[in-house]
Amino acid sequence: MDPMMEMFVFETNQNLEQLEQIMIQSEKNGVFSVDDINNVFRIMHTIKGSAAMMVVNEVAALAHAIEDIFFYLRENKPQSINCSALVDLILEASDFIKKEIDKLDAGEKADGLAAELMDMTKTALADLKVANEGGTAGGDNAAPPPCAVETQPETGSPIKTIIEKIELEDAANAFRALVFYQDDCEMENIRAYTLITHLKSHVAELYFFPDQILEDDKSSETIRQQGFDLCFTTSKSYDEIFALLNQTIFLKELKLTQLEDVSQWAHYPKDKAAKAAAKESSAAEASVKAVKKSEGKENANHQSMISVNVHKLDLLMDLVGELVIAEAMVTQNPDLAGLELKNFNKSARQLKKISGELQDGVMAIRMVPLTGTFQKMNRIVRDMSQKLNKSVELHLVGEETEVDKNVIEHISDPLMHLIRNSIDHGIELPEAREKTGKSATGNITLEAKNAGSEVVINILDDGRGLDRSRILKKARENQLIHKNEAELTDKEIYSFILAPGFSTNEQVTEFSGRGVGMDVVTKNIHAVGGNIIVNSEPGKGCITTLKIPLTLAIISGMTIKIGKAHYTVPIVSIRESFRPLAKDLILDPDGNEMIMVRGQCHPIVRLHRLYDIKTDVVELTEGIMVMVKTEKMILGLFADALIGQQQIVVKPIPSFIKNISKTQGITGCTLLGDGNISLILDAAGIAGRI
Amino acid sequence: MMAEDLMELDEDTQKDKYLTFFIKEEIYGIDIRLVTEIIGIQPITEVPEVPDYVKGIINLRGRIIPVMDMRLRFKKDFLEYTDRTCVVVIEACDMALGLIVDAVSEVLTIAAAEIVPPPEMKSAQNRYIRAIGKTGSGVTLLLDCEKLLTDKDEAMLLNL
Repeated sequence: MDPMMEMFVFETNQNLEQLEQIMIQSEKNGVFSVDDINNVFRIMHTIKGSAAMMVVNEVAALAHAIEDIFFYLRENKPQSINCSALVDLILEASDFIKKEIDKLDAGEKADGLAAELMDMTKTALADLKVANEGGTAGGDNAAPPPCAVETQPETGSPIKTIIEKIELEDAANAFRALVFYQDDCEMENIRAYTLITHLKSHVAELYFFPDQILEDDKSSETIRQQGFDLCFTTSKSYDEIFALLNQTIFLKELKLTQLEDVSQWAHYPKDKAAKAAAKESSAAEASVKAVKKSEGKENANHQSMISVNVHKLDLLMDLVGELVIAEAMVTQNPDLAGLELKNFNKSARQLKKISGELQDGVMAIRMVPLTGTFQKMNRIVRDMSQKLNKSVELHLVGEETEVDKNVIEHISDPLMHLIRNSIDHGIELPEAREKTGKSATGNITLEAKNAGSEVVINILDDGRGLDRSRILKKARENQLIHKNEAELTDKEIYSFILAPGFSTNEQVTEFSGRGVGMDVVTKNIHAVGGNIIVNSEPGKGCITTLKIPLTLAIISGMTIKIGKAHYTVPIVSIRESFRPLAKDLILDPDGNEMIMVRGQCHPIVRLHRLYDIKTDVVELTEGIMVMVKTEKMILGLFADALIGQQQIVVKPIPSFIKNISKTQGITGCTLLGDGNISLILDAAGIAGRI
Repeated sequence: MMAEDLMELDEDTQKDKYLTFFIKEEIYGIDIRLVTEIIGIQPITEVPEVPDYVKGIINLRGRIIPVMDMRLRFKKDFLEYTDRTCVVVIEACDMALGLIVDAVSEVLTIAAAEIVPPPEMKSAQNRYIRAIGKTGSGVTLLLDCEKLLTDKDEAMLLNL
């Protein structure tokens, strides 16, 4: 693809992701912070500019329309914003732009039309203006009285429309407040100052005594004895002011008197006003918190990052792989066999150490934290819980865990499916949850951690769990059961849901029911060499565990010899290896060979028979038994001899061979130091054959 | 623009050219565009559970290439490999494959006019013959490499 187009696609995708995160956070807080508005404006401006340059006109026009809204928000700082509706609109626009970008990425034309969205944007902007200025809808000429977020209009023309928050109208009320702080709380003058600052946004005129609170230390004493005396005019009602003043910390006593008699506003029930006041101040606090948090995150992002084309990384990895092989070819060269080479050996060890570190370093480069993927799930939880009228909260644990870039791409879809399943099937409706004593809000926890050479990702929900009997019934219908039903463990039953086309849904809904989702999950996870385990407790919830190996390309392997052929077993699966003794070998009633290890019986697999390899070593006691561990069992692989342990570069089996034979148990090949090819064995695959 | 012109030129110089080789006295030809290299026979590592004509894999300067014995593929008897035996490495459909042949002959130019469709016989061999090329003295059987690389049915039958 044209490099400019690539850059455009990449940057715009990044910007859209950032936009989505800001939107979801703002919606949670119920308010757009100044930073949020600036960031969104900047993002839209960038998208507009680059889209125009790449002649993607619909996107540019849409970005411009949204830019207009945020320009209005930035300059005019309106008070009354329907946060949720605006977020919905922005997210829809973002989806449209994303679709167009995806088309361009696939080499197609971006031919979507944004006309409908632009109309919605224009209407939204008009509504905003009406709500905050009064006067004609959409009238750009009407000079709005500056409605800043903080101050209030002086002599307002009566503004009639009320959307969600309080309108600041004429300062018609006058009050006198006497505030007493608790004994021994100290620094009363500072607290008084805080109070004044707090009150300023709600009042027109304000007088207080003692007035030199910051300059004069003795004012503390005065306040302690006589209380803090305030007089002010405001638009707020008595109760609102009372509620507001009551929030003062260390308040001992509050005397509030209304100085004039003002008629109550009919359309303003007192309770709603008081609640709204509380909501406003808490929203302001929340937005401050959110701003602080996002500032922190932004700083982390700007920590000197550099974008590198993945292709370059792949080349680098390949080269390092070749280096490892070449290093092995030098140090294990047959020419050197039997020679006394002290100095050479010292240097060779040094070389090995350095190439090992280089290898680790390059692999670490490809590791990317899961943060981005996890954050994307926020959007899905939000959308689905809205559509299904369920209340769900997503908790993220361990998002800093890093995985190979390859793996990230294959995890995103499975996670999405699993979370959708949890919300659709697992989490019950709020009423149903409350009936069983659970909180009305369902919880989904997405957890990631490193465990040895694997990354373990858990998706837990506290919903109704899996229905064992229904799954069993459906499995029976689909003829998936090959064992005696009574012998099936819970885990095996739950794993039936992973079969393609399996669904216990009676009907297909928008989100699920076709039985396709889990199949996608399984395929994707297997594609990166991982595993899925499903477990559940009826009524309590369900937990899906994904286990993914950390490194794909370079692993430690033990090379074994069978006849003339070399095979390699990954070190992580080997438990032990030894020459078996005749007394430990048993034959079970079916004629299968087993070996006793520390009191436990394990099946033996004669590799030379399994793969039809010619070898002279057929007596079990003359060869080597390599005990390998899989998910479900331990088995003993019988080979002629152990060659040695080394770092190997995993190369895939040539696609021609993969197509022609579906052999189980071989997952790749590698080049040995002497130029021979060794096939890599996969314990799980072999276990599946016996 | 320039690059495209050059590409076209390149294709022209390779068009109508076929690499010919012997499999038991029959001459086969493949489109030269698909041939990446020709090497002498090398030690082959066996791969379990593949059809008998897939001899295994070889290490070609760090690349792992599967090799297929063309005699066995076309159901002829097996001939021990000598130093005249060659491996013709072809690449198509994103896959590489080495064809083990008795000997390599020459690069022939066969114009489109000299190419006729193959006879309508259903034997295994015929499926892979794309066309017949008439050369001065005889005929060259032109192979359909894509079919060779991607054809699964026969292999599946073998596996059953």
